[in-house]
Amino acid sequence: MDIDWIQVFNWMSLLKCFVVGGALCVIGQILIDKTKLTPARILVIFVTTGAILGGLGVYKYLVDFAGSGATVPLTGFGYNLAKGAIEGVQQSGIVGAFTGGVKASAGGIAAAVFFGYIASLISKPKMKKQ
Amino acid sequence: MNSNSSNPIESKQKYQQYVDKKSPNSPIWKNCFNAFWVGGLICTIGQIISNICKERGLDTTTSGTIVSIILIGIAAFLTGLNFFNKIGKFAGAGSLIPITGFANSIVSPAMEYKSEGYVMGVGGKMFTVAGPVLVFGISASILVGLVYLIFNTQSITLV
Repeated sequence: MDIDWIQVFNWMSLLKCFVVGGALCVIGQILIDKTKLTPARILVIFVTTGAILGGLGVYKYLVDFAGSGATVPLTGFGYNLAKGAIEGVQQSGIVGAFTGGVKASAGGIAAAVFFGYIASLISKPKMKKQ
Repeated sequence: MNSNSSNPIESKQKYQQYVDKKSPNSPIWKNCFNAFWVGGLICTIGQIISNICKERGLDTTTSGTIVSIILIGIAAFLTGLNFFNKIGKFAGAGSLIPITGFANSIVSPAMEYKSEGYVMGVGGKMFTVAGPVLVFGISASILVGLVYLIFNTQSITLV
């Protein structure tokens, strides 16, 4: 199978992705430095914000613009959940609101559980260096 | 009774002042810069994987799932090898906010509580941070779906 590497390394798509992805991380960094929020809370805020913006139909524009720059950060995880829930409702009504979100992000959740467990098992419980 | 015992509120305030004085002034510009380029780079790696998937004829949704699985897998194993924490210390939110941070948040506590056993130690503590993320994320998505349903039945188009 031939892969068009020029298309893969389309610099414009990569640049947009880099800038938007980086900008979302800067927002997170400002939250870390300027507030007393713990990383866990910041992750929750990002996912929830992504889901709300996805539900409002706003986040879609960022995804269309930046591709992985918008979907790889955790806001994209929230967006994916919300998008799945809306598609679920369109397909199967009220049940879809419950099944759609997890269905759409099942790959990521399952990978996180599976690889997370395996990686923890093979890890060496080394003392944390400060 | 003890002459050394002081007013707890006063000592708390004093402690806070002491902490503020002693804690290093975090160089926010440098942190943001590092977060920007590391975060941007992780997303760009995702974009390259996604572009390869699309070149191979996969649709956007499947490509996105593959990107998530690969990035989560890499981040999980790098955390297990004690390497991801070094990146995290340097990049801050740059490695926390991308989906790699989610994988890291699963493996880090699980590693720490390995001594408590493979079921409740590793299996349970995996979700110390990831649990809340899933609870709020999934709950928000269900609410979004329900709100969409309500608006849709009243034939008001959202989106």
